[in-house]
Amino acid sequence: MQTYDLSTGSLRELNATLHAQNETTNQTAWEIMNPRGAHAIACGLDSPIEVTVRGSTGYYSAGMNQQATVNIKGSAGPGVAENMMSGKVVIDGDASQYAGATGHGGLLVIKGNASSRCGISMKGINIVVHGSIGHMSAFMAQSGNLVVCGDAGEALGDSCYEARLFVRGTVKSLGADCEEKEMRPEHLEILRTLLAEGECNARPEEFKRYGSARTLYNFNIDNAY
Amino acid sequence: MCGIVGLFLKDKSMEAQLGAMLTDMLITMTDRGPDSAGIAIYSQDTVNIGKMTVQSDTPDVDFDKLTGDLKKRIKGDVDIRVQSTHAVLELRADQVVVAREALKEIRPNIRIMSTGDSLEIYKEVGLPKDVASRFDIAKMSGSHGIGHTRMATESAVTTMGAHPFNTGSDQCLVHNGSLSNHNSLRRKLRRDGVHIETENDTEVGAAYLTWKMQNGSTLGEALESSLEDLDGFFTFVVGTKDGFGVVRDPIACKPAVMAETDQYVAFGSEYRALVNLPGIQNARVWEPEPATVYFWKH
Repeated sequence: MQTYDLSTGSLRELNATLHAQNETTNQTAWEIMNPRGAHAIACGLDSPIEVTVRGSTGYYSAGMNQQATVNIKGSAGPGVAENMMSGKVVIDGDASQYAGATGHGGLLVIKGNASSRCGISMKGINIVVHGSIGHMSAFMAQSGNLVVCGDAGEALGDSCYEARLFVRGTVKSLGADCEEKEMRPEHLEILRTLLAEGECNARPEEFKRYGSARTLYNFNIDNAY
Repeated sequence: MCGIVGLFLKDKSMEAQLGAMLTDMLITMTDRGPDSAGIAIYSQDTVNIGKMTVQSDTPDVDFDKLTGDLKKRIKGDVDIRVQSTHAVLELRADQVVVAREALKEIRPNIRIMSTGDSLEIYKEVGLPKDVASRFDIAKMSGSHGIGHTRMATESAVTTMGAHPFNTGSDQCLVHNGSLSNHNSLRRKLRRDGVHIETENDTEVGAAYLTWKMQNGSTLGEALESSLEDLDGFFTFVVGTKDGFGVVRDPIACKPAVMAETDQYVAFGSEYRALVNLPGIQNARVWEPEPATVYFWKH
């Protein structure tokens, strides 16, 4: 286990050191001490390493992740795991706004709550939230799965394309062109896998599925002002 | 961007460190806004004594013989504490209004930063560390306070454009965001006789709250109605003589983190601002909900 203390070392040096790891590195386990809410911790990783951050992070932690696993043993600031391509990011606490935004792949697990705009413009990422999510989540979501064990805020899935949105609790309101969908066996199977990967013991049968009503796909004069 | 910090102490034994804690929090937020910085601090309540914090770009000229000149005009006692470009005038509480008028004539270059029984506002152009050291904020004690570091978007970088804004006796407001209907609201408020000094959007927000409260609203009600009447982005933190409040607009894109322990309630634009507070590891830390008014009172 390699340990890096941010109270004595610089953030730039930490990220450069993590970026220097390649696919054959022997230094596969990293621990980051004293994050103290700093920005861009463990951002831009691209190797199969596991990084554990002992505390809460600020903006954009674990952004643009590929291959790596990043565990945040605290809460995460805005834009955590933004534009993730692959790998896994697990947050023990809460996540601030736009968690997992624009992600193309990988798995983001939030064990607390996520605030507004969770999974905005998601493009293939899977997101599992043990708690609740805020307003405008999955806005313009294109593909991937968003699993919410608690409740969803206002305007869920506004203008979404083909992402699957699973919510166990209540949805305050659905956004434009988002509707409740039939839960078919294949969806229960996807949900079962994601809940297991996301270390969540909720039952797939307790969820409802939401997705695009597909009425915004083509120009419709009735939608014009 | 802009950075906001706030600290409301429940534990009286921490009051001597209020200035030092707020200074540290605000300096951490420096990279959210380098243009101007300010702190509102609520210190020991005085009986029947009113405080006016005033500012001058030429303090040597304006503060010289100020107490004597003012005493003559208001026919009452005036004490002065000069702190760099600012001075705190202490006088009989019922003479504050007369003194404000008198100052316009005898010292036209003096600007009023705040009035109240316990509130003092210090603000200037510059970085938080420079503004805080100029006024020796770290040595100040108090029961609660609010700090702001500004990245100007809507109006000029000046002392009067710096936050906090005094919204009425012992009331102040800081803002992160930008209001988009401030011009029309300013015209409306001016028609109703509300004095608005600058072209700054936040001053309109502050004047709006004052106007609501002058018309019978409580601070909580005024904040609730701001959600209806103000258009744009805002995270507001407000201070009153014995309270501290937070409200975010319904979109809530301007960041906010709060922490509460048995000793204090703290606000930061980012968690970074809170990391040096005592007991933060075990504090309840959360993000205030959009369109929700939070308020704490002594």
